[in-house]
Amino acid sequence: MKIPIYMDYHATTPVDPRVLEAMLPYFRSEFGNAASKSHVFGWHAEEAVEAGREQVAKLIGASSKEIVWTSGATESDNLAIKGAAHFYKDKGKHLVTARNEHKAVLDSMHALEREGFEVTFLDVERDGRVDPARVKAALRPDTILVSLMHANNEVGVLNPVEEIGAITRQAGVLFHCDAVQSIGKVPFDVERANADLVSISAHKMYGPKGVGALYVRRKPRVRLVAIIDGGGHERGHRSGTLNVPGIVGMGKACELARLEMAEEAERVTRLREKLRLGLEKNLDLLTVNGSLEHRLPGNLNVSFAYVEGEALMMAIKDVAVSSGSACTSASLEPSYVLKAMGVTDDLAHSSIRFGLGRFTTEEEVDYTVDLVTRKVTKLREMSPLYEMVKSGVDIHQIEWANPH
Amino acid sequence: MSYSEKLLDHYENPRNVGSLDAKDDSVGTGLVGAPACGDVMKLQIKVSADGVIEDAKFKTFGCGSAIASSSLVTEWVKGRTVEEALAIKNTDVAHELNLPPVKIHCSVLAEDAIKAAISDYQKKRGLTPTVKADTVRGDRQQLIAQGAVKAGI
Repeated sequence: MKIPIYMDYHATTPVDPRVLEAMLPYFRSEFGNAASKSHVFGWHAEEAVEAGREQVAKLIGASSKEIVWTSGATESDNLAIKGAAHFYKDKGKHLVTARNEHKAVLDSMHALEREGFEVTFLDVERDGRVDPARVKAALRPDTILVSLMHANNEVGVLNPVEEIGAITRQAGVLFHCDAVQSIGKVPFDVERANADLVSISAHKMYGPKGVGALYVRRKPRVRLVAIIDGGGHERGHRSGTLNVPGIVGMGKACELARLEMAEEAERVTRLREKLRLGLEKNLDLLTVNGSLEHRLPGNLNVSFAYVEGEALMMAIKDVAVSSGSACTSASLEPSYVLKAMGVTDDLAHSSIRFGLGRFTTEEEVDYTVDLVTRKVTKLREMSPLYEMVKSGVDIHQIEWANPH
Repeated sequence: MSYSEKLLDHYENPRNVGSLDAKDDSVGTGLVGAPACGDVMKLQIKVSADGVIEDAKFKTFGCGSAIASSSLVTEWVKGRTVEEALAIKNTDVAHELNLPPVKIHCSVLAEDAIKAAISDYQKKRGLTPTVKADTVRGDRQQLIAQGAVKAGI
């Protein structure tokens, strides 16, 4: 077993060797510009790009004509939200999203607010899901777009996208879905979800960084105002020379995901459950954040009460994870995703996100269970809060001062 | 975040972890911070009849810097008189551990913990606290002291 162990698959994933193999020729012999129409170098590049488009489309039940290449999911989110808002601004000025969305969505919404659009930020339920009834209630006659993610990047909780899509379709409102974390991990079908715009990223699914896609529905046709102007590539949706090796890699990653998803999901879920049950068996006062039932196979977000997340990450430095603790960021605020779910600040500070994936082994899970158990126990021995709780004190009754 | 070797040493091998008997008249207890903010420090000192701190223990809920800061100050206060201990400043802690800017509040908390523990000790002995409550960062001290009393610590 190799140390350090990678358990941060939501942040990024290693490129699958089969993906890398497929990409390599496009750096060297097949280096052409896909927009060069006059020679074979360009034609080969274009063929590769179109094959990649087909592979991405097939994974999500779309037509290849509906796939627009981007530099990644942040660009896809920006293009979908700002692009649609700008095109349909005469139809309405209202958009809907939720508090636990990715910053690429939230900050795009904030940018639109500064331009005069109005945005409703929905609350999420305790289990981390958005209640479709809240979506329905938020719609107004001037609502043009609803943007809700499929799987959350911190807690891995899956939104009921098919129910949400049914509501938006009936109301004649566009539905943008940031499906970056879920595509390739669990089934996602643009028809079943009635999605009009879908953001996809390659590096979250064993493809390379720096390439992504936006699904843009053709029937009924969704129109966008481009963010990046130039040579009119991607039917004017996104100018710029195409990242051919990246696109080939993303296509291959999508193909592998489509063929292997079912088996992989089962295996990763089994490892995740081994991790969860192992930790629950060894440690008390442990809370899983978010729904276990509606969840990505590889996600386990746990709060180890009375132990601070960054201190725990330092203690388990052989295992790469992330935390919702404020101490992992420059701000003093813990994870807004956990807070949106109603997780209290102290438990948000105590949260650790484990992300398991394609290359996670059983041995790594066993090692992690053992290491985390020992370190949480050690840190609790030095936690004044754990001591107080164990001696019967209700720390929530204490009038703590607020030092920051 | 990259941490200094000293900080990592205090974090990995914390000194003086534990508790003293809070009911003992020669023991002063300081409890500062808040769970919602991600750090709580408990610092206890045992003071001899001639006013020298002969033992110190801590327990901390917080990040690596908070743990290291509290571990460091338990070493520093031992063997000092109460007055000498009060001279320890957060900047000394921050400097010694080479704390990154976002972690300066951990050293502030450690200084507060010393003041709170000494103030508690002095009150127990019927002495006038050297550091008045209002100089110890507003009413924090008093609030926490009340909470701690209510909680039976």
